[in-house]
Amino acid sequence: MITPAEYVREIPAHHRLEAGRCKKCRKIYYPARQVCPECQAREFEPLSLPREGKIVTFTVIRVAPSQFSDQAPYAMGIVEVQPGVRLLTQVVDCDLDKIEIGMPVSLEFRKIQEDGEKGVLAYGVKAVPR
Amino acid sequence: MIGIVGYGAHVPRRRIKVEEISKVWGTDADSYKSGLVLEEKSVPSSDEDTISISVEAARNALKRAGIDPQKIGAIYVGSESHPYAVKPSGTVVADAIGATPEVHCADFEFACKAGSEAMFVTMALVKSGWMEYALAIGADTSQGKPGDALEYTASAGGAAFIMGGKNVLAEIEHTYSFMTDTPDFWRREYQFYPEHAGRFTGEPAYFKHVLGAANGIMERAGMKPQDFTFAVFHQPNGKFPLRAGKMLGFSRSQMETGLLCPIIGNTYSGSSPLGLTAILDIAKPGDRILMVSYGSGSGSDGFIWKVTERIREAQDRAPKTREMIAKGKIQVDYGTYAKYRGKIKTG
Ligand SMILES: [Zn+2]
Repeated sequence: MITPAEYVREIPAHHRLEAGRCKKCRKIYYPARQVCPECQAREFEPLSLPREGKIVTFTVIRVAPSQFSDQAPYAMGIVEVQPGVRLLTQVVDCDLDKIEIGMPVSLEFRKIQEDGEKGVLAYGVKAVPR
Repeated sequence: MIGIVGYGAHVPRRRIKVEEISKVWGTDADSYKSGLVLEEKSVPSSDEDTISISVEAARNALKRAGIDPQKIGAIYVGSESHPYAVKPSGTVVADAIGATPEVHCADFEFACKAGSEAMFVTMALVKSGWMEYALAIGADTSQGKPGDALEYTASAGGAAFIMGGKNVLAEIEHTYSFMTDTPDFWRREYQFYPEHAGRFTGEPAYFKHVLGAANGIMERAGMKPQDFTFAVFHQPNGKFPLRAGKMLGFSRSQMETGLLCPIIGNTYSGSSPLGLTAILDIAKPGDRILMVSYGSGSGSDGFIWKVTERIREAQDRAPKTREMIAKGKIQVDYGTYAKYRGKIKTG
């Protein structure tokens, strides 16, 4: 279940791919953090990640959690959008046996979760072949 | 000069062929294909809806406009398939493209005319000087009742236009609207599928309003069909717009560029707006374009656009509509289509 508060909290990361760059050591975190694990600094500047990248690794989910069971089997992939900046996302619009490491992808805006018949619709990005 | 400063399209990758639908209902595919002038239609995946299509189209429009999204003063999404019955689509689009919070949002509805309605209003707001830029979107993921004639055509896609007064790539020269109360197609509250008036949807509905708006705008502008390089009409199927255009005196070559229904179906609020994006993709400075939408209930909005020099630098900044439609297509069978479209209820 998605609460409206969670939905709102995730808008910058999910809707706009906003990351946080540590003002001290320049490391980029997605999603943005409160404290930098590298240098413990607490000041970050927001930046929007590119919407193109490549698959670093992936796995096919055949037995899915109940809210995604109607989509199984589906692929989850780690996408690198710039050196050292990676995000975990579903890989769609492509045969599962055609997905490969290094495959160039675009991150498209999609519905990522439906909270039953009555709840909120959550949006975010999914990777599609470029 | 007021007009379009950026435009963008988005069409889902999945397609279902007329043959695949005919097979299930035991109808003759060839007679549907020639009767509707249609090969296949786009199908949204279960994670694509009017909001997701609108965001992708809006991002492409922003790439072509090259403006700061914070300068967009209004976002209007026209659709007959807004994902929520209550809660606007426009606010999701606004936050996704970075236009919040100083922006005016509203969702428009008028069957297939909702997109052109948004275009009309955004241009007026820019012209009044109330805002620098305004974003109009027409998008739909429409459904026909299983086995109904609409099931062969009702498809998904959308187009977005950023209107402004600087760096215009297509100037608006004239607008004209033509409306009457005509119950040719409707959907009552809590009904999943629409009802339509069968043959009544033709002459007294589509043709009366499309021809009324096209003749009205050309008369006011003092123009004839020969004054236009391109014309695009609403496309409930591939046949109606060609027939309307012919009755008005347009040639097939003027209409072909914007005629997308044969390869993607009827994208409802996205229909003539998407056709306009395909025209702008190849248009040259000085070209004049006639666009006429149609929405059941009923009415048509007419627009006369004149393409400017800026079109040349804008065209390649985002994917072109026909290339997007051709690229990475995924054919689905009826079972997959029914699953994606929620035609099978599991509980
Ligand atoms: Zn740091």
